[in-house]
Amino acid sequence: MERTKLDIWVGIFVIIGLAALFGLATKVGNLTSNNIKETYSVYAHFENIGGLKPRAAVKAAGVVVGRVNSIIFDTEAYHAVVSIDVDKRYVFPKDTFANIYTAGLLGEQYIGLEAGGDMTNLAAGDLITQTQDAVVLEKLISQFLYSKASEEDK
Amino acid sequence: MEELISINNLSFGYGESTLHKNINMKFSRGKVSAIMGGSGCGKTTILKLIAGQLQPKSGEIVVDGQVVHDQGREGIYNIRRKMGMLFQHGALFTDLNVFDNVAFPMREHTNLPENMIKDLVLLKLNAVGLRGAQKKMPSELSGGMSRRVALARAIALDPDIIMYDEPFAGLDPISMAVICDLIRSLNDALGATSIIVTHDVAETFSFADYIYFLADGEVAAEGSPKQLLASKLPFVRQFIHSEKDGPVPFHVDAPTYGVDLQL
Amino acid sequence: MNNLLNIIAGLGSSFRSKMIRLGAGTRLFFLIIIYSADSFKRIGLTIREIYFTGVLSLVIIVVSAFFVGMVLGLQGYYTLEKYGSSEAIGVLVALALVRELGPVVTALLFAGRAGTAITAEIGLMKATEQLSAMEVMAVSPIARIIAPRFWAGMISMPILATIFSMVGILGGYFIAVLVIGVDEGAFWSQMQANVDFSNDIVDGAIKSIVFGFACTIIALFEGFDAPPTAEGVSRATTRTVVISSLAVLGLDFILTSFMFV
Ligand SMILES: Nc1ncnc2c1ncn2[C@@H]1O[C@H](COP(=O)(O)OP(=O)(O)OP(=O)(O)O)[C@@H](O)[C@H]1O
Ligand SMILES: [Mg+2]
Repeated sequence: MERTKLDIWVGIFVIIGLAALFGLATKVGNLTSNNIKETYSVYAHFENIGGLKPRAAVKAAGVVVGRVNSIIFDTEAYHAVVSIDVDKRYVFPKDTFANIYTAGLLGEQYIGLEAGGDMTNLAAGDLITQTQDAVVLEKLISQFLYSKASEEDK
Repeated sequence: MEELISINNLSFGYGESTLHKNINMKFSRGKVSAIMGGSGCGKTTILKLIAGQLQPKSGEIVVDGQVVHDQGREGIYNIRRKMGMLFQHGALFTDLNVFDNVAFPMREHTNLPENMIKDLVLLKLNAVGLRGAQKKMPSELSGGMSRRVALARAIALDPDIIMYDEPFAGLDPISMAVICDLIRSLNDALGATSIIVTHDVAETFSFADYIYFLADGEVAAEGSPKQLLASKLPFVRQFIHSEKDGPVPFHVDAPTYGVDLQL
Repeated sequence: MNNLLNIIAGLGSSFRSKMIRLGAGTRLFFLIIIYSADSFKRIGLTIREIYFTGVLSLVIIVVSAFFVGMVLGLQGYYTLEKYGSSEAIGVLVALALVRELGPVVTALLFAGRAGTAITAEIGLMKATEQLSAMEVMAVSPIARIIAPRFWAGMISMPILATIFSMVGILGGYFIAVLVIGVDEGAFWSQMQANVDFSNDIVDGAIKSIVFGFACTIIALFEGFDAPPTAEGVSRATTRTVVISSLAVLGLDFILTSFMFV
């Protein structure tokens, strides 16, 4: 009797633990939205990636369609080479535009894809030719100041 | 007469000190042997040596033809399965009740069904007069009661060798007589070999077959009760008649009182 | 000069004795692994210990977790509010709990509640010759006493840490959404967008497994190694708390620098 009581309690304990894990996985974490299984990788060159990190989201029209796989620096061309894993279910035209955006003012950076009008689609290993760099706050401010100054010159 | 346990030229000491020097003892099959001696002379230690819990410094201990301290883990466990030991302070498992304490060796070493274990445990508890206390926890027992439970646990598997470390300490005269009879009858009925460590002179002389006296780390005297009673050795006489003055010191070796008091 | 030598000698010998204890602890670990097969044959023993280390720690874990979550909710809200991003409160609470506070606070509570109980119990069993008695009955105390407690600790800790994280998040939810009135949808969706299962949650679980190992083996070793006296056992119990806590915080730093940087 004593023994079965113990077993029941331990069973309840394990079940609460599993329930907590389930809660963490589905409600807290993005296990459900993140189950991109089969992907193909494409590349993009950026002059400046800002704060983009590996595993950052890749979105098209706000929908997560892939993840940044790796970021390396090309020592010959002096730019960043970003490799992107895109979900196999989604295809994009060859002239797709890749931008680095920031979620909110200080949020994480992600890559936004904007489809172009080409008839052929991007295939694994292709290069996205049209890119726009991350907005760097300092640059923005200095640009703003210069334009102000030149306005005043006139 | 066949020796089940023999201790040959044993020396032992904790750390650097020596406790036993050159001890020889033989314990015969089917006999009750007693080890007597002053407090702290190393009686308990000898039992632990026989059980293989301590390593001798030199000499050897042979149990049933096997040298105890040369065995590996399996070997020593095989020897121990033939042994039962009553610890001086009982050493009951405090997280188990009386019944489960006595059932412990059976559950660990046999595949007996639970109802048979129950019968056996109640039998053993009945033998020590504690069947009524089977549901109690060790913390709810008196000193004498817990030693009797420990005794029941030591004999649970009807071992070939039973070692009792002061089985009579803390018992009233009636329980003492009962336990005496129990030890004797276990010994005779099972053909077990019993080793008793005790201070109780009268009881020991009345029922042991052979007695060893330990003093100064050596066997000071040995023999059957009859031989010892006739002995003229001052040491034996002092012990039997519990005289204060004699070769057995009451005090642990110490510098003179003056040194300790810094006079 | 002589003083300096004495200090160095003292340091050396204390270092040496610490190393000896570390070695003895490692030895105990290998013995546990060797004897585990024996003890798994009687799985009931381990289940019993899970009851004592895990189930009985549940209340303290749940209560502490809820309060920690509420404090995180409050503090986080007032800080994020200044930057106008109070919706990010969910992310803050969840990441803080899943990555750090869940495993670490659980381990500290575990060391205080279950670790001390293990040390004191084993130390007393040793002091009252129960372990010796078991040895003489040809039952290995490692298989019968130590190994079940080890596995129970290893199993309980990740479960407790998971529960801690989840309950803490609910505590944060309670304060942020129900009391302060942050938008519920934003709370959960921001959290989901920024807490990654394989990175954050799994890494937190790995931490709690490592902490479980450290706390349990320290508690077992201290009990097993305690001098068989009342004083020895009480000092061993204190040491369990101190060493486990330091080990958890140190290991946490090392693991964090591997995992999240
Ligand atoms: N674990 C130990 N470490 C160091 N010394 C010990 C240890 N156990 C016992 N001793 C010492 O060994 C000596 C013998 O101890 P032992 O327990 O064998 O005595 P004993 O003959 O059984 O005494 P008593 O009749 O009082 O039980 C004692 O002087 C004791 O101080
Ligand atoms: Mg003794």
